[in-house]
Amino acid sequence: MENKNAHSKPESELEEKDNSRRNFLKQSAFITAVALTPAPAVKAAAMHLDEKIAEAFEKVPVKLEVNGVMHNLSVEPRATLLDILREQIDLTGTKKGCDHGQCGACTVHVDGHRVNSCLTLGVMASGKKITTIEGLAKGEELHPMQEAFLKHDGFQCGYCTPGQIMSAVACIREGHANSETEIREYMSGNICRCGAYPNIVNAIQEVKSGGQIV
Amino acid sequence: MKQFQYLRAATQQSTLDAISKPGTKIIAGGTNLIDLMKRGVTAPDKLVDITHLPLKNITPTKSGLHIGALALNSTVSENGIVVQKFPLLSMALKAGASPQLRNMATVGGNMMQRTRCSYFYDTTMPCNKREPGTGCGAMGGLNRMHAIFGTRDKCIAVHPSDMCVGLAALDATVIIAGKKGERRIPFTEFHRLPGEHPDVDNTLAKDEMIIGVDIPDNNFAKNSYYLKVRDRQSYAFALVSVAAGLDISNGTIRQARLAMGGVAHKPWRLFEAEKFLVGKAVSEDSFKQAAQIAMQGAKAYEYNAFKLKLAPATITEALKHASGLV
Repeated sequence: MENKNAHSKPESELEEKDNSRRNFLKQSAFITAVALTPAPAVKAAAMHLDEKIAEAFEKVPVKLEVNGVMHNLSVEPRATLLDILREQIDLTGTKKGCDHGQCGACTVHVDGHRVNSCLTLGVMASGKKITTIEGLAKGEELHPMQEAFLKHDGFQCGYCTPGQIMSAVACIREGHANSETEIREYMSGNICRCGAYPNIVNAIQEVKSGGQIV
Repeated sequence: MKQFQYLRAATQQSTLDAISKPGTKIIAGGTNLIDLMKRGVTAPDKLVDITHLPLKNITPTKSGLHIGALALNSTVSENGIVVQKFPLLSMALKAGASPQLRNMATVGGNMMQRTRCSYFYDTTMPCNKREPGTGCGAMGGLNRMHAIFGTRDKCIAVHPSDMCVGLAALDATVIIAGKKGERRIPFTEFHRLPGEHPDVDNTLAKDEMIIGVDIPDNNFAKNSYYLKVRDRQSYAFALVSVAAGLDISNGTIRQARLAMGGVAHKPWRLFEAEKFLVGKAVSEDSFKQAAQIAMQGAKAYEYNAFKLKLAPATITEALKHASGLV
């Protein structure tokens, strides 16, 4: 039987293309890195001071409006939004769980949409509005979802809770909290190792049925 | 994560210029790339951020729908035209990842995501995809999640996407830009089988980028279903998934589209099973026969033999849902 799923390009063609690419990468990696690196790093490289190269990599300016406050920052391109929030802006409510987008502990809102801040580069969030767990309450008055999590005991250890609450608020705003099944599906990106799921669902259902604007 | 230089692309042309240089990768949603960079599976010297390019549009065309490469997975899955005319794509997208990740991930990035084979991710293990010539850890290892179609001894990884299974079934076309202009290829020819070069996932050249996908109008909207079988009910990669679209008239199947996920290095179209179903009456019996035809050539490894039973059962079940039998 003819297999139409098989790709028609001959292997030899791919091999040639690929080998030449790899060889070229090998030969040119060093030159390229130096050519693209700012002057102090070039100097450091020339002196074989590898540790200095990392320091000399250019930091980039980033503007973030976090919970209504504007921050003008200078960050390494590799810094994630999560690390910037925790280490540079000292907002440690957003938690680092798996750091690989699998647990949801780092969930924040970017321009109103929930995202995993551990997989977001800070530099790519520049100019955007960020809301973290610290930004939900109005002064001493807790957000309805925070109240509901307290009332329904929607946590045990509490580590996943900031992410759960940020996701829960988004879940209602998106219109995905119309049944227990739908809530469970749309909260599946937030893992709770203590297993507080039934109480989390109860909290969300109460806020949803209360009809408050969240 | 290794340091890299960050560039924000202002135009498609500047993106193409930048990616033609070695060590340079495009970043959009970043949900897979940042993960791979944190684990040291990939370490680009330069990242070109293309999220400011005007490629987010979802636009009706004369004969179907155009979806820009930067349209978010969440946006596409909730788009009114997609839900109404191509519900299969909406269902496939919603079966993938989590709401947070779908808010970040783009259509083009979804196509470019790498396998989640644990031997590919673990840099202490051999992997021909990550490091050509080192061998395949999965072949004699824990290969429960791995492929049963189109494998070679160099790689038995599967493509992890749900969206791509939907787009393969929907006869989508991929629009690709390169320095010489644009080219269009059938979606089913975008991803490739591992062959002798498992490190090459697809047919996109190093100096090309995905612009978007086109989906042609069809008659499958009423009878579509995406069935994903996984270890937990949500937020897990597929053991087996099936995208089914049927064009049914008075109980007779006029046309069928079937594709499977979790079984091959690429979204696996079931061309022979589709042909078999044309002209058949809607019945569980026809669906079971089609599923048997689809399984021809399947080959299991030590821990994934269960897929030889699970896959045909999933095909049958997906067809029953699509046709309204259940």
